[in-house]
Amino acid sequence: MTNTERFSLSMRLFHWGMAALVFAMLTAGLLMVASLDGWQLTVLTAHKVFGVIAVLLVSARLINRLRQAIPALPDDLSHWQKMSARVSHWLLYGLLFAMPVSGYLMQYFAARPIDVFGWFRLPAALNVDIYTYALFRELHSVFAIALICLIALHIGAALHHHIIRKDKVLKSML
Amino acid sequence: MKKLIWALLLTPMVGLAADEPVNVTAQQFVDLQQGNAVYPGFRRAHAKGICVSGEFRSNGQLSDYSKAPVFQSGATPFTGRLSIAGNNPTAPDLKAPVRSLALSFSISSTEQWRLAMNTPPVMAVADPHTFYQQILAIQAGPAAIKQFFSEHPESKEFLAWAAQYKASGSFASETYNSINAFYLINHNGKRQAVRWAMQPTVTVATTDAQDVDALQNEIANRVVAGNVVFDWVFTLADAADDENNATKAWPDSRQKITAGQIVINNTTAQLEGGCHAINFDPLVLPTGIEATADPILRARSSAYAESYRRRATEQLTGALKEPEND
Repeated sequence: MTNTERFSLSMRLFHWGMAALVFAMLTAGLLMVASLDGWQLTVLTAHKVFGVIAVLLVSARLINRLRQAIPALPDDLSHWQKMSARVSHWLLYGLLFAMPVSGYLMQYFAARPIDVFGWFRLPAALNVDIYTYALFRELHSVFAIALICLIALHIGAALHHHIIRKDKVLKSML
Repeated sequence: MKKLIWALLLTPMVGLAADEPVNVTAQQFVDLQQGNAVYPGFRRAHAKGICVSGEFRSNGQLSDYSKAPVFQSGATPFTGRLSIAGNNPTAPDLKAPVRSLALSFSISSTEQWRLAMNTPPVMAVADPHTFYQQILAIQAGPAAIKQFFSEHPESKEFLAWAAQYKASGSFASETYNSINAFYLINHNGKRQAVRWAMQPTVTVATTDAQDVDALQNEIANRVVAGNVVFDWVFTLADAADDENNATKAWPDSRQKITAGQIVINNTTAQLEGGCHAINFDPLVLPTGIEATADPILRARSSAYAESYRRRATEQLTGALKEPEND
């Protein structure tokens, strides 16, 4: 690790931009699967398009992350705390990929092409595969629940660093 | 995105008006449709059906109104399904009040079209939450449904249709209506609201057959003997018509265009055929056709998605069992 105090500007922009996107996507997802109202189609259509944007963003973000140094964790953190910080961060990256990929695959196997702003359409299977659709439909939900739990842990940890430990971990992302 | 944010902000305000029906979720709606007897792996509505296949023979007449390739002259194959209303995949065919025809055009990897049509030309109610109340009333019995209709004057056209409708002795001799309106989009981007109907080319008298599978057996035998053909007739709205209200038919004087013929040349039991896996969601649309804001049309998509998720997951986990006929 290095002596960097703060995450780079590009990393902070990716972090907060994607935080807003993920929050909007999870909220939209949870509301739209329950709604019978007219806005459901609008939100569903936007949800799919922003899923395409999300996979592009997280790819760019991962490349950016791997090419730059990040602030070291505080020295006085216990071994298991450092380990859980690292594991949870890589799990977050994993889920940020798994969400749009499982979302696309459930559409793909249900033979539902995805319309992107009317510019082009992402391809889907010609014939429905109901088993594989069901698998990815359920995975999409499981990943969403896992992501919500992990984000709660992530926010909890950030607040713990800031309020209780009073270290620079949260500030390094501001 | 702006629409999305507004939708999210406004959601809690919906349903506060005093005479509005209680808002229900897709899950509540499908729970009501499936009732207490769940048939794992089957559709929660229109559970009993038979797969059909064939082709749409387009005459090219609609190609000035929609850029969808299916309307160029020529033939497009389809997988379809003939079904009856209800949650029971073994119900007696002739007892069901509604019959349906669903079609799926798998045109290319980026173009799919699903259509789900019923025998009534209009809905009794204009939104899904009132529709939920209507189903509750139907389940509660004749007194409740009488009371419901007396409180819902918008059901007048539906009741007039039901009063004169006589179920025929065949799936082949029914008219199947889009009920909801859609927009056709042509090459110049011009939008035209339409409804459509698959009109039969044969007449078959009412039957008093006792066979629970009377309609399925009849159509299977009929298709072996020869193609079953429907005329695909579009009705074009004019400025006076409301394309977002499924309770009101448009006047007979509106321009009608026959786009071609739907030709059924094969039937297969639903679990053996290609139709069982398909969610006939009427909002899976190709380029050249778009959804209207009709609340019933929008709600169909989300209710179908919930029903489809349930039965697909049941099928994945091996819960689907072919029920015995009682």
